[in-house]
Amino acid sequence: MNASALLHQLFQNVLVLLAAPLLLGWVNQCRAWLQNRSGPGVLQPLRNLLKLFHKDAVLAHNASALFRATPYILFACMWLATALVPVIATDMPLSPAVDVIVLVGIFALARVFISLAAMDIGTAFGTLGARREMLVGFLAEPALLMVLFTASTISHSTSLITIVETLAHKQFVLYPSMAFAAVAFVMVLLAENARIPVDNPTTHLELTMIHEAMVLEYSARHLALVEWASALKLLAYTTIGIALFVPWGIAGIGDWAALPGAILLMLLKLVTAGAGLALLETLSAKMRVFRVPEFMGTAFLLAVLGLLTHFLLESGGTA
Amino acid sequence: MGAPLPCSDPFALSEVRMNLPLSAQLINLCAALLLLIAFAMLSQRRILSLINLYAMQGLMLSISTAIVASYSGQHHLYYSAGLTLLLKVLVLPWILHRLIRRLSVKWDVETMFNIPTTMLIGIGLVVFAFNLAAPISQMAGTVTKSTLGIAMASVLLSFLMMITRSKAIPQVVGFLSMENGLFFAATSATYGMPMVVELGIALDVLVGVFILGIFFFQIREAFDSLDLKHMEKLKDD
Repeated sequence: MNASALLHQLFQNVLVLLAAPLLLGWVNQCRAWLQNRSGPGVLQPLRNLLKLFHKDAVLAHNASALFRATPYILFACMWLATALVPVIATDMPLSPAVDVIVLVGIFALARVFISLAAMDIGTAFGTLGARREMLVGFLAEPALLMVLFTASTISHSTSLITIVETLAHKQFVLYPSMAFAAVAFVMVLLAENARIPVDNPTTHLELTMIHEAMVLEYSARHLALVEWASALKLLAYTTIGIALFVPWGIAGIGDWAALPGAILLMLLKLVTAGAGLALLETLSAKMRVFRVPEFMGTAFLLAVLGLLTHFLLESGGTA
Repeated sequence: MGAPLPCSDPFALSEVRMNLPLSAQLINLCAALLLLIAFAMLSQRRILSLINLYAMQGLMLSISTAIVASYSGQHHLYYSAGLTLLLKVLVLPWILHRLIRRLSVKWDVETMFNIPTTMLIGIGLVVFAFNLAAPISQMAGTVTKSTLGIAMASVLLSFLMMITRSKAIPQVVGFLSMENGLFFAATSATYGMPMVVELGIALDVLVGVFILGIFFFQIREAFDSLDLKHMEKLKDD
């Protein structure tokens, strides 16, 4: 492990911490513009975090240690997940240790803890939110795994670094299977990050909440960590999507001259992805909770179709 | 050490199979999008979106036919691409739009099975079609041979749509998209049918839609609904 790669890893870790609230703010700002409102500005999530960190935390009397520990676990999981995705360069000391299955596992770990913490206090809304979260999660996870397996069969590896290297730096090839995988991935992204067709992130009506219902009991620094973790999760999913479907321009191993260009390009991709997400959310209406299994089932089937078309079209008659 | 063994390089396999020319890759992409649209049609509840999806399917078909034409140098395929564009992207969707406006139907909530079940059956059909097409496409000498499986899958999926829908208009859209699938199968297996046959089929489809449009009004006159379940009463017993 060389020092420059370590430096780059540290740089990325700090960068994603700041970029995550900014991305969330950008998405909210775009949504506001699309709805003909002026919007709170891109910096608003950062300001919220600062405000929450300066407040005194209030805990329920029967809150256990799990409830207090969960925000930290959640934040650590999401930070780790975001740090593992190759964002601006493939030369990272942390990444070879983990592959895409571990990444899905980290998300699952965070989901288990937030659901347990939501049920810990014993309020009706927390339990409701936790159950809905598990419903969405257990349907979204296989779909996400299938999307990642489609990319893995193309590059013959489950390591995200190898996948990105294959897609970005080898000879340019159109992969029809990735079209299916991309649609499925966007559906998973919307469901996992509690975005509009599945869950409304700005709702005030507890009965329709999924993610918000789970964190109703949190306040101050705990809430700040939970919200920061949600922003990091959105960034993690967006960067995974960029790494899988538009990886071009990422800096290769030991290619330090390409780094500034890669950062600029990444910024551009994130801005485009955020605007696209806002557009998608504005165009669609929130669906009933009972429609969510159908939505996630469609995502899973599309991912399976991606795998099938990969074997039909891209194995070149050897099948 | 000498030259590395092919199997020692994880990228070797992908490079061997990816020697297809760019146009063939584009055709494969179009084929994949056709399949995607077929599934979207299968899961669609609204008649209006169904017709828009049908127009998109026609557009994909037209693009892929044009690419096949430019790659294989078969000039008559340009005409059939243009014919597809005119008929299936512009004229037929326009007629269908007019029809649903006149009949004032926008919704088609009733399906025989629920949609996830239909999609699962659809996946089974796709696997079946891919297996069925594998020996045929090995014999075909065209650059588009591997898309034959997708063409057969979209024929079967349209057939499934006709079976699972109970209203008249989605059944007609299913019929039309089945014709799209057959057209695609012909292009991918043998670079298209002779021009006379293609013109004949295009005319048939156009006339078919006119006749079915008249039928819609007759069915609604007789039963006050476009649900074809009512027609089962017509059996004499």
